[in-house]
This record gives sequence, structure tokens and C-alpha cells, in this order.
Amino acid sequence: MLLNASGCLDALVAPDVARQLDGFVTKTITPLPREGNAPPRIAETAYGMLNAIGLANPGRERFLSDTLPRLRELDLPLWISVGGFCAADYADTCARLHDVEAIELNLSCPNVDEAADSAAEIVAACRAATPLRLFGKLSAAHPDVAEVARAVAAAGADGLSLINTLRGLALDPGTLQPVLARGVGGLSGPSLKPVALAAVHACHAATGLPIVGMGGITTAQDVVEFLACGAQHVALGTVLFADPDAPLRIREALAVVQADDGPLAERLREVRANALA
Amino acid sequence: MSSRRELLRVAGAEPIGLYTLLRLERAELDPGAPGQFFMLEAPGRLLPRALSLCLAPPGELAFLIDPIGPGTEALCELELGDEIHVFGPLGRGFRLDVARPLLVGGGIGMAPLPFLAEALRFPPAVLGFRTVEHAEAAALLPGAELAIDPTFVTELIPPGQDVLACGPEPMLQAVAVQCPGAQLAWEAPMACGYGGCYGCAVEIGGELKRLCVEGPVLVAA
Repeated sequence: MLLNASGCLDALVAPDVARQLDGFVTKTITPLPREGNAPPRIAETAYGMLNAIGLANPGRERFLSDTLPRLRELDLPLWISVGGFCAADYADTCARLHDVEAIELNLSCPNVDEAADSAAEIVAACRAATPLRLFGKLSAAHPDVAEVARAVAAAGADGLSLINTLRGLALDPGTLQPVLARGVGGLSGPSLKPVALAAVHACHAATGLPIVGMGGITTAQDVVEFLACGAQHVALGTVLFADPDAPLRIREALAVVQADDGPLAERLREVRANALA
Repeated sequence: MSSRRELLRVAGAEPIGLYTLLRLERAELDPGAPGQFFMLEAPGRLLPRALSLCLAPPGELAFLIDPIGPGTEALCELELGDEIHVFGPLGRGFRLDVARPLLVGGGIGMAPLPFLAEALRFPPAVLGFRTVEHAEAAALLPGAELAIDPTFVTELIPPGQDVLACGPEPMLQAVAVQCPGAQLAWEAPMACGYGGCYGCAVEIGGELKRLCVEGPVLVAA
């Protein structure tokens, strides 16, 4: 399944891009509206980019009354990204969601202060609040992401989303001051891929849970590598900024790989069979 | 979106003063309305660059580029026959239903004005530049009145005009104060240009909004 990474696509502004996907993941919803951080909020780096958007979103009530009904009109499977600052924030939003494909719990935004409760506490509270499928989005910045994955699995998560951006800093070469108004931001793009593959591999081995793999995916070859490391689904993030046709392009290239009789196609069939087993 | 992404061939890249006019074969892309912009693939860089259309000669799209960083430098170094991906047109351009149009440009902010001038049948224009070398770009807008630093372009704006302006932020802020109701084309760092990244947030009516969706042309309050 091909998804977008949360916060990298607005399906209401670009429905044609969203329709190239198998499901649309929303920008993270918090209980109260958030304007987000002051600009500048993005910076290009070598092989990546930094963002410090800061969970800008209309808040839970306006999302439920206005955004969600309009998203439903697109007739796409919806994944709702849920955020907050304590376990109850997440659980309260989960309890209000019905008839969506899945909920992705954003347990790892690098651009806001961390939630006071642990990832496992948040997942446990949400598990008690909803029968919907819960995917925990984890950060690879943790020294042992597999340990977090095990805790989240034990708390009742149905799957994992790996990985979120990693905190980084970019300086203006002339002034040596941070480019972003917030100072630090989340690194995304091709430079993230090896980190993401390692996290997917480790968490797959640790939990066996379904995994949405993401981090620097740009080509069909990248997708195959994520599947080979144990991901069942993949999500596109930064590549969508440069190429809104990326989902179609990657899908076509994957079809070519699958139609081929070469070793990669055989390996892909094996991987798929194992991932779905 | 009526916009699309295509691989376009470079038809020419000519220096105009300190800027470069990059001409691309248009293929299937629509030039859009004056003030709208395109995302141009910058060779060797991860993210495309947002540039407003400067001119739309038959079969071509032309962009005026100031080489201020690695992306715009790479674009200025493109040569005849090179190919880059271009996505657009994007955003909301200028409203053309104005009675007494006056075009106001500052520096590289003059970029969208030649295309706008054509659409409005060549109304009067005033342009401000930092140096005489920068001001050579005024050749793209024949008849424009010029102000060179330390003279401000705002000193050349007579009262009672329907101002359509593009330029650096301090200039636009000054125009907004001097000419309420002016149409101002703003600039902000953009990763995607189509509402996905939330990078180009600017304050509009007391709220942070995406310039690529709400703008880049906004009416001065």
C-alpha cells in the first residue's frame, strides 16, 4: 500500500495527487488549533530538508466538523494522524473518530515539546478509547527504537509507522545564524533512508507488527528496499514536494519490476509473501 | 489542479544586467495568469524553486532569475537543450479588472511585471533597483520610470492609482501603507508550491496561511 507521509500533502488542495495513493494520511490533529511556528519554517540541506512547521492544524473540533467531511468526499481510505501533549489528548481525539481506515499516533514530532507521557502510555490510553486500527509513529532518534516498538506493541498498537523526521540544524552560510526561525527542525529526504531502513528492520524483527515504512523514498528501488526490511506499506514524504507525480511514477516502475522475471522480482514476491503472512 | 508537471527544454538563457532570463519551450504547460508561479527543478538540488512567469513568448515560458543561492545559480547556468521539470501554473495571480493600473516593481520583484504589462496593455510602471547594473533588467519593461537607491520606488507612485506590485518585503509593506487596496505579490520559501509542505506560511488577516494557496498575490488591507 502506497501512502503519503503525514504533513506532506493536502488532499483538499491537491486531490489529483491524493488519488494516486492507496490512502491519504492527514496532517497531525491536536485538540486545540495551532498556528504553527513562525516563518521561515523550511530549509534545504544537502540531500535533505529541514522543516519546523510545528503541527499547524485547525484543531480537533474544526477538523471533525469541517475538514473530515470534505476529506470523505474524496472517497479515499483515510488515515488520521493524531497528536497531543498528554495521553488524554490523544485518547480523546481517538474516541471521536469513526469510520476511518486507521489512526496514526504521532508520538515523535521533533518540532514541539514532547508529550509528558511515554509512547506506551499514550497507546494504551488510545487502545481503551477506540477499536480502530492504531499505528504508532516512532522516532529513530531513540537509542533503541525496537525497545519502544515492543512497548508500543504490548500496549495494543496494531502497527508502526517508521520513521519521523530527525532533529537537525541548518545555518545560513553568510550569517552563521539558524535558517529556521525555531532554530532546529526535522530532517527529511534521501539522507534519512539508511536510518529508516535500520529502524524498520529492527522493529520488524522485534514485533512482527505491520509497518508503514518511510524516510527518503524517491524511487521504486527504495520501496523494494523498505519491503525487504519488513515494511508492509510505504509512505512518500519529501519526494512529493519536488514531484507531485511521484506516486504514479513509482507505481509504474514497481509494476515493471514485478512483471520482470529477474531476481529482484522474485525477491519482491518473497518479501511480499512474508510481509503478508 | 489545472497545473501539470512536464519536462521542458531550455530554449535560451540570456543575461539581463545581473539577472538571467531563462526561456523554456512550453510543451503542454499553460502560462496561467500574470502573478501565478511555477516550480522549476533546480539541477543538483532536492527541492524545486518557485518563480513567477516573466514573459510568455509564443511556444515559450520565460523566467527572470537572480542567482542568490545554489538553486537559482544552477538555473542560471542552464544551457540551450538542457531539460528540467517544471510544475505549474500555481497560486492566485493578479486581478486584471482595475481602472487605473500602475505597476510597481522592486529589484528581482519586477519578474512578473512584463507578463502583467502585456495583459493590461502596457500601463505605466515604476521600478526601483539597488544599482544601475541591476536596473538593466528594466529593458524588459520599456517606458518604466526608474528609481535607483537611495531613491525609493514608492516616491514615484502618484495618488489615485490601482497599484499592482511585486518586490522585497519592506517595499511591499511601504506600498501597503501608501496604497490601501493595492495588489501585492509576496514571496516566501516554498518546498512544494501546492499546499503540501506548509513552509510558506505568512500572516494574512492576523492568521498564518499558506502563501502558495492564498497568494502569492494578496490585497493590501
